[in-house]
Amino acid sequence: MKLVLLDYGAGNVKSIEHAFARLGASTLRTNCARDLASAEAILLPGVGHFSALMGALDRCQLRQPLLEAIARGVPFLGICLGLQAICAGSDEAADIPGLGLFTARAERLPATAKLPHMGWNQVSVCKPSRLLCGLPENSFFYFAHSYALLAAQEAIVATSFHAARFAAVLEHENIFAVQFHPEKSAEAGSRVLKNFLAHAAAPASPPL
Amino acid sequence: MSLARRIIPCLDTDGERTVKGVHFESLRYAGDPAALASRYNAEGADELVVLDIAASRDRRPTFLETIRRVASEIAIPLTAGGGIRSLEDARAVIDAGADKVTVNTAAVEHPDLISALSAAFGAQAVVLAIDAAWHQSGWQVRTRGGRTATSLDAVAWARQAVALGAGEILLTSIDRDGTQSGFDIPLTCAVSRAVSVPVIASGGAKVPEHFAAVFREGCADAALAASVFHDGSQSINALKQFLALQGVPVRPVC
Repeated sequence: MKLVLLDYGAGNVKSIEHAFARLGASTLRTNCARDLASAEAILLPGVGHFSALMGALDRCQLRQPLLEAIARGVPFLGICLGLQAICAGSDEAADIPGLGLFTARAERLPATAKLPHMGWNQVSVCKPSRLLCGLPENSFFYFAHSYALLAAQEAIVATSFHAARFAAVLEHENIFAVQFHPEKSAEAGSRVLKNFLAHAAAPASPPL
Repeated sequence: MSLARRIIPCLDTDGERTVKGVHFESLRYAGDPAALASRYNAEGADELVVLDIAASRDRRPTFLETIRRVASEIAIPLTAGGGIRSLEDARAVIDAGADKVTVNTAAVEHPDLISALSAAFGAQAVVLAIDAAWHQSGWQVRTRGGRTATSLDAVAWARQAVALGAGEILLTSIDRDGTQSGFDIPLTCAVSRAVSVPVIASGGAKVPEHFAAVFREGCADAALAASVFHDGSQSINALKQFLALQGVPVRPVC
């Protein structure tokens, strides 16, 4: 399987390579639109500032090819800032549009708790989830972020809580996104990545 | 449901081997960093810190190789630092597989480094390490592995660093480090209450009660220790079970 790992020069993509390597899957690290045309699954990791991620996607001219690949039904997994990138935008950089696959926007978590929300927190499932399949309810995952989706959104299948309830997992057809870092979340995270791979390897179902 | 308090083993290295000092001095060797990292990952450590306490220029490639080896062994967050003086130094460490970098002496000398790192990698990747010792009427910041006194107050410096973009504080009590007499609760509490970001308490851990105290009374978000884990006198699993029974929220070991 051609598993494309979008690397736009920020953050630790190596840990994602390691995590998939442990599952026996190799990733193709790239920032080239050509690779998206032939991708069989796409990973969009992200840490840091929303404007840095969107700016890098635009600089590498990846925005349109990425949207086209997702529209073709290629399984997509956004990680951390990669979850926020596929939404309408983020208050972290209000004038920069996200990919707009979902109408929700990322907002800053309330300052009543320590920020960044950094460490292991529990995820509670609110709808059947393909990514969390086989994991116990309230499993712990590693988070490192200050912005999150706080508003309701159809695609939210699991949430977590840090001063406010926020989206932890989004799933809609071939689009998957997690606010936590599965590549840093020990066995639970490994299971999420394995579930994504299983979905990506399954014969494509026709678009609904 | 709440954010778990983190248990973080720390590997002080001379670039290549794990070492441990008492009061920042008299080093002894404690094993291969990658082997220790693998053990801690399996035992339920929530995160790992790897420091290059020698931090000499010519041994830097060796330390980067150590980070690569450690990173390939673990599926938990990795923080690395020691001798990071520039954006390029930090990028090398992150490219080698670290999720976060710690800065200490260079940040005291050039506070702008914190802003530069935060802009490049995000606040969540920037850990300000503060080595503090009680001096007259407050906690004084020390640099160069605790050897050099500064005019900075630890609480004020923590506040300033967070304003500059630090996403976490790794706070080591020089008075307690290596003594195994417990964490410095008043220091940890003072810094933790002064800043909006998580604080990792370090220095002095020996028994599970020390960890419970620093979480409950010291308002620590995470606790770091080295020798008690390295020499096998305290298993992380047993420590977490103890903390859970004490009502401290921890991530259970699978």
